[in-house]
Amino acid sequence: MLSYVLKRLLWTIPTLFGVTLLVFSMVHLTPGDPAAAILGDKANARSVADLRAKMGLDKPLYQQYFIYINHLAHGDFGRSANSNEEVMTEFLDRFPATVELSLVAMLIAVFFGIGAGIISAVKRYSIFDYGSMFGALAGVSMPVFWLGLMLIYFFSVKLGWLPVSGRLGYEFDIEHVTGLYLVDSLIAHDYAAFWDALKHLILPAIALGTIPMAIIARMTRSSMIEVMKEEYIKTARAKGCTRFQVIFIHALRNAMMPVITVIGLMLGSLFAGAILTETTFSWPGIGKWLVNAVYQRDFAIIQSTTLIIAIVFIIINFIVDLLYAFINPKIRLS
Amino acid sequence: MSNLVEIRNLQTYFYSDAGVNHAVDGVSFEIPQGKTVCIVGESGSGKSITALSIMGLIDPPGRIVGGEILFEGTDLLRLSDAQLRKVRGRDISMIFQEPMTSLNPSYTVGYQIDEALRLHQKHLNKKERFEKVVEALDLVGIPDPREKYREYPFKLSGGQRQRVMIAIAMACEPKMLIADEPTTALDVTIQAQVLDLMKELQEKKGTSLLFITHDLAVVSQIADEVVVMYRGHIVEKASAEELFNDPRHPYTRALLHSIPRPGVTPRKSQLDTVDDTVDYLAFPKEIR
Amino acid sequence: MEPFFEFIKQYRKNRAAVFGFFIALALVIMAIFAPWIAPYLPADQHLADRLIPPMWDAGGSAAHLLGTDDFGRDLFSRIIYGSRISLMVGAISVGVSLSFGLVMGITAAYFGGKVDLFIMRIVDIMLAIPAILLAIVIVSILGPSLYSAMTAIGIVGIPTYARIVRASVLAEREKEYVIASRINGSSNLRLMFAVILPNCASPIIVQATMGFASAVLEAAGLSFLGLGAQPPTPEWGAMLSDSLQFITTAPWMIFYPGLAIFLTVLGFNLMGDGLMDVLDPKLKEKG
Repeated sequence: MLSYVLKRLLWTIPTLFGVTLLVFSMVHLTPGDPAAAILGDKANARSVADLRAKMGLDKPLYQQYFIYINHLAHGDFGRSANSNEEVMTEFLDRFPATVELSLVAMLIAVFFGIGAGIISAVKRYSIFDYGSMFGALAGVSMPVFWLGLMLIYFFSVKLGWLPVSGRLGYEFDIEHVTGLYLVDSLIAHDYAAFWDALKHLILPAIALGTIPMAIIARMTRSSMIEVMKEEYIKTARAKGCTRFQVIFIHALRNAMMPVITVIGLMLGSLFAGAILTETTFSWPGIGKWLVNAVYQRDFAIIQSTTLIIAIVFIIINFIVDLLYAFINPKIRLS
Repeated sequence: MSNLVEIRNLQTYFYSDAGVNHAVDGVSFEIPQGKTVCIVGESGSGKSITALSIMGLIDPPGRIVGGEILFEGTDLLRLSDAQLRKVRGRDISMIFQEPMTSLNPSYTVGYQIDEALRLHQKHLNKKERFEKVVEALDLVGIPDPREKYREYPFKLSGGQRQRVMIAIAMACEPKMLIADEPTTALDVTIQAQVLDLMKELQEKKGTSLLFITHDLAVVSQIADEVVVMYRGHIVEKASAEELFNDPRHPYTRALLHSIPRPGVTPRKSQLDTVDDTVDYLAFPKEIR
Repeated sequence: MEPFFEFIKQYRKNRAAVFGFFIALALVIMAIFAPWIAPYLPADQHLADRLIPPMWDAGGSAAHLLGTDDFGRDLFSRIIYGSRISLMVGAISVGVSLSFGLVMGITAAYFGGKVDLFIMRIVDIMLAIPAILLAIVIVSILGPSLYSAMTAIGIVGIPTYARIVRASVLAEREKEYVIASRINGSSNLRLMFAVILPNCASPIIVQATMGFASAVLEAAGLSFLGLGAQPPTPEWGAMLSDSLQFITTAPWMIFYPGLAIFLTVLGFNLMGDGLMDVLDPKLKEKG
């Protein structure tokens, strides 16, 4: 087991290296001089040269890369060209909102996706099966931002049940502990704020969760169908297990292995997928901030965000692999 | 001698776009108390479907369309799902051909035996069940049963897995054990050991055994009664002795002929085969 | 012709797939005949007719089937012309992904060893960054425009194709017909592209169809963020992002362009699903 973990850990190094290289070369792939771009049209040659020197752009490329890596290793992700704030500070201000949205979306996706997948597999070729599998295909085809707007239109504009946008009503103030409002409001025993945060969260989470839910449902169904054909399912039935026991004790655990891998893969991309949902719902996460950075060619922000999300993505995949190994006795015990 | 099981005119059909497959078509036979009945036949003859029908494990597109399966006088086909579940594993158990895939890879050996006890012997507590599981493992000849309790199936050899399967099936001391080609996937030496084990357990516990195989050598070792199936029908029923000494049906004769024997040089220097072109159902349908 | 008819027969069994095919067909017809179908030019502004609702709503008029936007442009016409952009985005993005993915996948599988390791490392690195984020990075390098978006989506798709091509070439490489062709003295290039590749077509066709769907979806997403097609281009995603402030007053401006995206993507996905049923049933079982 330990050797498996180490080997898996070792595999992430070249990937990390590649991602830093990619992110580093972004600035240099961009047409035009980044220093000139930052200073704008009115800058004179001298101040451009000064900034180039300050940014280290006058050094050879490989040296610049090592300087970049060195900074990263010291936790220095650079400063925003526009606000001159530390990128990391700005990022950490916004990231919890994205994490909270993504986690809740994933929770919804996992719960309903696995549920629908199991029912479809067990009641194969039933109306429910056809319906939910068509629904899953529709879900994969859904433009998230449009779904979000439609949800806003029906539940907020027409019915007035839920807030249109934002994360929390102005009348509430929650002390930041984790940055996740649902958790922070519970810590503060402020249930009104919790309820309000939940109401703000529910629509964006449904919108963001739709695609993963559809994918999970399809995966679960096909995996369950595969597993239900196995001999040990017959053994369990021959023992006198109830249908419930056969499905939930004997089939589900084995069927979940490929599904868990997919869930892990999607959790990482969910942070990125949140960009669209956040724009739709004016959710104060990293999405809008990143898109603005692209308009303003604020490379430090784009580079750092990409790098951090890639690292988070790699870490999540690593954890998922460990989890996979843990539920699979064959890997756990070897 | 009384019959534990009487099967009357069993019909199990499979439905598809291409038409109806009469997998088991009017099969009748008896399984006497404490005896071993072998069903012999080539693959596709309906022998496994017959076994699964007794267990009530026929899934769509298959369906039992007619007949009776009397177990101690009760027709199993008339029982509800819940009633049938109580019979499965407690009164009738089954083991399968593929020991490599018959055990759930995600649970320990002990858990999987224990499960049968939890389902059918609810009066036992955890400690008692543990002791019974260890006893069962010991009984089927697994060394170090206390350690093996916590082992996962992938750590065991094929023969050991089949022993575990037998332990699961015998855990509740059923009145009948159905074994669907339990030795086919095993090495020859292991085959003999597993067969010996089954015979030994049967004698000890007085279990009736329905043994399904295509291997006549195995039949000669363990059968009291033999049922020969061909394309969903029974072509011959006889005691093992009669069958081997005086096979009556042409198909049975062809089947027996196809066994290579030491010392006998096959004609035309090739092994005898059952002739595919002959329709054996054209002969008298059932001989007993 | 025989296998083709067999293919049609099998495909027709999946009714959803037939539905998908007709959506795609309708889209192609819309794109080709846009000037004849659309009553107005997409950029025509009728300032007197601003924010008219669809014709079946109160206040709607037969002159504007799906109503007009805040500049008085006919929504129906814009959506019709928008199909040209979506089809172009899909075709070009898939073209980029497919051509690079094919070459990388075949090279990796055919030569194996270090070449394989190197190429698959690049693929892994690209997959380590979530697709939409990688697309945003590429757009930020190239500057926001429809062409940047297409390029970005094309590049982002490469690893998926490379993996699929590699896997199917690996499966074919050791088969007898390849060895026979090698013995007959076929060159590497001939073996790779003329002998092996045609036998790997099924999964690639399926992936290209589904990839077309996701390219349309991603392009609409980038345009919605303002990183793709720029106004006044009648791109469906861009039309949505221009209409956000009208969600309470003129919801049709949001409803119909989004529906167009959804149906287009659904159509190609259904087609891909149907093709998978016919061409690659084993893949389907795996999910």
